[in-house]
Amino acid sequence: MIVTIAIVRMRNLFGVIALSGVYSFLMASVLMVYDAVDVAMTEAAVGAGVSTVLLLAALHLTKSLEYPMPRPAAVPLIVAVGVGLALIWATYDLPAFGIADAPIHKHVAPHYLQNAIKETQVANVVSAVLADYRSFDTFGEVIVVFTAGIGVMLLLKGRRTRRDGSQGETP
Amino acid sequence: MRLDVVLRVGVKLIIPFMLVFGLYVQLHGDYGPGGGFQAGVIVAGAIITYALIFGIEEAQRVAPRKLVEFLVPLGVLIYAGTGVIGLLSGQNFLDYSVLAAHAPAGRERGILLVEAGVLVTVASTMIALFYAFSERGR
Amino acid sequence: MGGFENFFAHYNYVATIVLMVAGLYIVIARGNMIKKLIGLMLFQTSVYLLYIAPGKIIGGTPPILDANFTIYSNPLPHVLILTAIVVGVATIALGLAIVSRIHEAYGTIEEDEIIARDDQE
Repeated sequence: MIVTIAIVRMRNLFGVIALSGVYSFLMASVLMVYDAVDVAMTEAAVGAGVSTVLLLAALHLTKSLEYPMPRPAAVPLIVAVGVGLALIWATYDLPAFGIADAPIHKHVAPHYLQNAIKETQVANVVSAVLADYRSFDTFGEVIVVFTAGIGVMLLLKGRRTRRDGSQGETP
Repeated sequence: MRLDVVLRVGVKLIIPFMLVFGLYVQLHGDYGPGGGFQAGVIVAGAIITYALIFGIEEAQRVAPRKLVEFLVPLGVLIYAGTGVIGLLSGQNFLDYSVLAAHAPAGRERGILLVEAGVLVTVASTMIALFYAFSERGR
Repeated sequence: MGGFENFFAHYNYVATIVLMVAGLYIVIARGNMIKKLIGLMLFQTSVYLLYIAPGKIIGGTPPILDANFTIYSNPLPHVLILTAIVVGVATIALGLAIVSRIHEAYGTIEEDEIIARDDQE
């Protein structure tokens, strides 16, 4: 939480990025507490490792200082707090935290938990669901990663050919 | 790039373990936490660390850009090909039960193949993203 | 069940929503585009928490099957969020690529300056 507020306040983007790495590690430990070990591992590796490096690389391409806030902050603050209050009001209809007979535990999850070993011989149910029961879903995600990679390569390649053209700096 | 000796030696010591840990996470994903996504990110992290310390040219001798960009679609093709095997054998797309004599064993094998595809795509995409950003900077 | 107990049954959602609101505020209020993307990351992680939290059962263990345990947390949100994290970093990278192209074209990544320059032309 404190880290989040610091991220909101800080203007030096280098510090913001370092803090977002810290934030990712804290998030990973929270996810550990929620029993999501696979997700925590991914968050620690992705959030603290790869995305920090990518943000720093992008920062190297641009400027590292954010300008002081040029616009009035009241309207966004009101909007954000309003949305937050509405969402908090909405959470009171959710089932209480951690109880075993919430609707989410009654749908397909028991089937996965009871039949994963019998049907797939895989003890880690997350892997079984990821690659077997919901493999179409995962296939879509892999294609999204692929497409994003292709998009970045298209955007960032071939500077030398573009530089001579009159596309860039206008007088 | 003249950098600190401690960094260079330390990174040289760490990187083999990072790669082995990535493979462990990949292949042990059936029994413990892990899988293709995590392992891909860890392997990519190892290469990116190497590139950060030793410079991008050294890293591209280990993982040439052509190879990385070839691997990005290859992973998707491994995944899709695993699905198409099921399709050709008269089952549904991505139905792995035909890959072995018994359906559960076949599904386990299918999970391994699919995770391998995920590993290849995720790792090579992350490395390619890093190469794209860092080459833009010069 | 009074409102007070009700609050303590939902305090984790409240914390999640505070994170979400912080991300939303950064996205709306700040003009710097990299800062906006970091705000989007905050928003994303709060959504991860919002998915994972209902899957937790108090007294449960991580969903890795073993003969010694009977209660497991729900594996389904874990799967969805696992892929969402990796996809999230890929899309953030795409956003950063677009930002750096904007920086090359305009020489700045502040939203207001870019709009001002567009108005001049």
